[in-house]
Amino acid sequence: MSSLLSVRDLRVTFPITRAGDMPWTAPRQLRAVNGIDFDLEAGKTLGVVGESGCGKSTLARGLIQMVPASGQVVWRGETDLLSLSRRQMKRYRSEIQMVFQDPLASLNPRMTLGQIIAEPLKTHRSDLSSEERRRRVAAMMERVGLLPQMINRYPHEFSGGQCQRIGIARALVMEPKLLICDEPVSALDVSIQAQVVDLLKDLQRDLGLAMIFIAHDLSVVKHISEEVMVLYLGRVMEKAPKSALFADPQHPYTQALMSAVPIPDPVAERAKKVIALDGDLPSPMAPPSGCVFRTRCPRAQSECAQTVPQPGTDAHRTACLFPGPTKQSELGHEM
Amino acid sequence: MVSTTEQRTATQVGPRKGRSPWADARRRFLRNKAAMGGLILLLFVAAFALFGDVLAQYSNEELDYMVMGQIVELGGPSIASGHYFGTDDLGRDLYARTVQGTQISLAVGVVGALIAVIVGTIYGATAGYVGGRTDSIMMRLVDIFMAVPYMFVLILLLVMYGRSITILFVGVGLISWMEMARIVRGQTLSLKGREFIEAAQATGVAAPVIIARHIVPNLLGVIAVYTTLLVPLMILTESFISFLGLGVQEPMTSLGALISEGAGTIAYGTTWQLGFPLLFFVLTLFGFFFVGDGLRDALDPKDR
Amino acid sequence: MALLDIDNLSVTFDTDDGPVYAVSELSLSIDRGQTLGIVGESGSGKSQTAFAIMGLLAGNGRTAGSVRFDGQELLTASKKQMNALRAHRIAMIFQDPMTSLNPYMRISDQMAEVLTLHQGMSKRDAVAEATHMLDAVRIPSAAERIRLFPHEFSGGMRQRVMIAMSLLCKPDLLIADEPTTALDVTVQAQIMNLLADLQREFDMATILITHDLGVVAGFCERVTVMYGSRVMEEGPTDPLFAKPTHPYTLGLLGAVPRIDDEDAQMTAIVGNPPNMADPPSGCPFHPRCDFAGDDCLTMPPLEPFAEGRARACRRPVEKIAP
Repeated sequence: MSSLLSVRDLRVTFPITRAGDMPWTAPRQLRAVNGIDFDLEAGKTLGVVGESGCGKSTLARGLIQMVPASGQVVWRGETDLLSLSRRQMKRYRSEIQMVFQDPLASLNPRMTLGQIIAEPLKTHRSDLSSEERRRRVAAMMERVGLLPQMINRYPHEFSGGQCQRIGIARALVMEPKLLICDEPVSALDVSIQAQVVDLLKDLQRDLGLAMIFIAHDLSVVKHISEEVMVLYLGRVMEKAPKSALFADPQHPYTQALMSAVPIPDPVAERAKKVIALDGDLPSPMAPPSGCVFRTRCPRAQSECAQTVPQPGTDAHRTACLFPGPTKQSELGHEM
Repeated sequence: MVSTTEQRTATQVGPRKGRSPWADARRRFLRNKAAMGGLILLLFVAAFALFGDVLAQYSNEELDYMVMGQIVELGGPSIASGHYFGTDDLGRDLYARTVQGTQISLAVGVVGALIAVIVGTIYGATAGYVGGRTDSIMMRLVDIFMAVPYMFVLILLLVMYGRSITILFVGVGLISWMEMARIVRGQTLSLKGREFIEAAQATGVAAPVIIARHIVPNLLGVIAVYTTLLVPLMILTESFISFLGLGVQEPMTSLGALISEGAGTIAYGTTWQLGFPLLFFVLTLFGFFFVGDGLRDALDPKDR
Repeated sequence: MALLDIDNLSVTFDTDDGPVYAVSELSLSIDRGQTLGIVGESGSGKSQTAFAIMGLLAGNGRTAGSVRFDGQELLTASKKQMNALRAHRIAMIFQDPMTSLNPYMRISDQMAEVLTLHQGMSKRDAVAEATHMLDAVRIPSAAERIRLFPHEFSGGMRQRVMIAMSLLCKPDLLIADEPTTALDVTVQAQIMNLLADLQREFDMATILITHDLGVVAGFCERVTVMYGSRVMEEGPTDPLFAKPTHPYTLGLLGAVPRIDDEDAQMTAIVGNPPNMADPPSGCPFHPRCDFAGDDCLTMPPLEPFAEGRARACRRPVEKIAP
């Protein structure tokens, strides 16, 4: 069976021109996403985790040509989305939809809820009568838990959680095959996060959606993904089925991320040892040679500066020359 | 779970009709006393310009031979003589002329502002949204136009093609849109980074539709505020040109031209010839400035 | 006598849509050297409590009740008195350090200014002291980096600078308002570690305001849970987390995504947070509460029920584990 989405060697590079550069000066290259491979089956969820600046949002935008990307993004085993022209791409935009981080900012403040949810239908299904469009919008609103009488109201009248429901309704009204969620719950209150995660899970089950779920920490991803991919500075550090990754993380960066998540249990939280990472994220304009994580890695050796570790193609893959469980010496490491 | 969510949120749902950001702004505007004062002032001036003729006893061209030669003694403002605002130096009814001058001044201001709104908005929004090289070229072009001393060009045009109201409109229109284009472009750039624009792009909405549906409606606030400040600016420009004696052709007149004439004869003691046009001029400017300020406060999203 | 004693504090904002109740009848106290967490979601009133203590409420805010710091009433204190207190005894750090640093001044000048202005130190001593403080917050090569401008630091480093600045005058009370919310998890872990060390080292009372129960669990001795402008439950951290009795506390704990527990599920609290311009009558949580009944339509008082613990609930969770 071929995958719904098959990504090979995806790269996104931004040219950075500095103020004062002459028009003929070659711009510097910022490699935001640097050679990422993955496959996604229909109905499954891939969690993408990394800290700010790791390229996770750029990855999402590269997949659907919102930013210029190179490599291969094969859709349903037949079409390479990156080879399509803007016009050809339009057809596929209805099959891949996106949910954004900031629920209020992702809704046009001057449009009513009904207009917002109807926009994809207006764009892709101009053949529908306004009657039919209204019917579909109403059905979608009910499906995501919005009341029918809210249809003429404006985004600022809703709470964050409700706004995110509107964003989800807009994304699903075209009945897409793939939903890309870019940190959909990061801006929401704790009590609302679980509502939205539950809703996404329900919808996924009912509609057979595939999802790419982007998050900045591992805890939410754990509740929604079948597979998890950890990014650092535009590269895959580790990718594994969820249970394998959480039970037996191999990459020191994954381990550091896991240990940093605070636990809402005073006894466990006080007993917990954190793998402290030294220093700051290196500039993506001048990434370290070899392994990009080596400058902050408690395990780094001199080889790490020479060789770029490859993740390989195993189900549980790790881009590290010295993979393995956390060593005692790495714990509670003071900066 | 969905059903319980609905029931529990149902209690928080108020009226059926949504309260749009515009409705909020209108409410704030209506409560702003200075702005409402400005609006009433403007309505009064507009009514004066449109319907003032009904009350006039004389036309604006007719010379009153009764007062000619004795303007200072007989040409003063009086209800009895029918010259409510007195007469000008040639014995023409100043009331009728002020009505006409107000018409012309308002027309110049409104037409200039309209050109600015239409051309400036489309130009600025396109440059800002498309970005990149197109943006650079379009905006450098504006920079170049702006570097031209427009007053000089306008005066040259008026001298070359003769004093006509058409040239005046063209001249005012040519200069007014550029500042607007710059403002709109700047606002578009900041809007372009917002997630709802990204959401529309991700859905595959075409660029012209994004500009029309998502960018421009969110700019209307800024545009409205700037327009109300632009109208008096246009009126001032016209007045300045008229003051120099290059404005509209006699027997047509404008507030600027009337003020110019009034200022010229003030030494003879005919203060009304300056006073009445100046009063309407100042009222108009005040009105627009107060309304502009009020609009800015009402549309300012800061307190949200 | 407690260092900070808040009694029956209410904060109301007058807006176009009528009054918004930000904090209602809040009482709490903190002793010297103690750590207190105020936990709540957006709109719960936790940040406005901090602003009321600091006398930094927005212009349309009104306060009632009393806030006493070391015996001195703060709500009625003059601007001058508040300035003196803010400079010497109460310090605050914010979510976004960039907003409280002047982008056009070197870190050395900003930090030295605090000392030259308030303590009359010479510029040279002040810079030396500031460098010492940057060392204390573990900024590498502090002596050189103190010459930099704020934008030349990363987010985590900026927050360290803010912390160093707030500690310059050795305050008795530090209020940290969501100090790590804008930061990545690995940086958050560093900063919380640092704050815990400094709190012990300087022996300052610390109020940590956050929406993150995990952060509170590791840092605070006592916790106050707020919802809809009111205190729902308060008590020592360990029993409160182990045996939450208020339905909201229980719901909140269940809604947090857990990474440590293989089987833990995120359990949603249904419904939406209250609109504080039109709050529900009685207990603000009752529209979302699984246990609510008619008696919840009047606000229950905050009553002690166990050692050091109190709650405002008529229908507490009865199934308390032994």
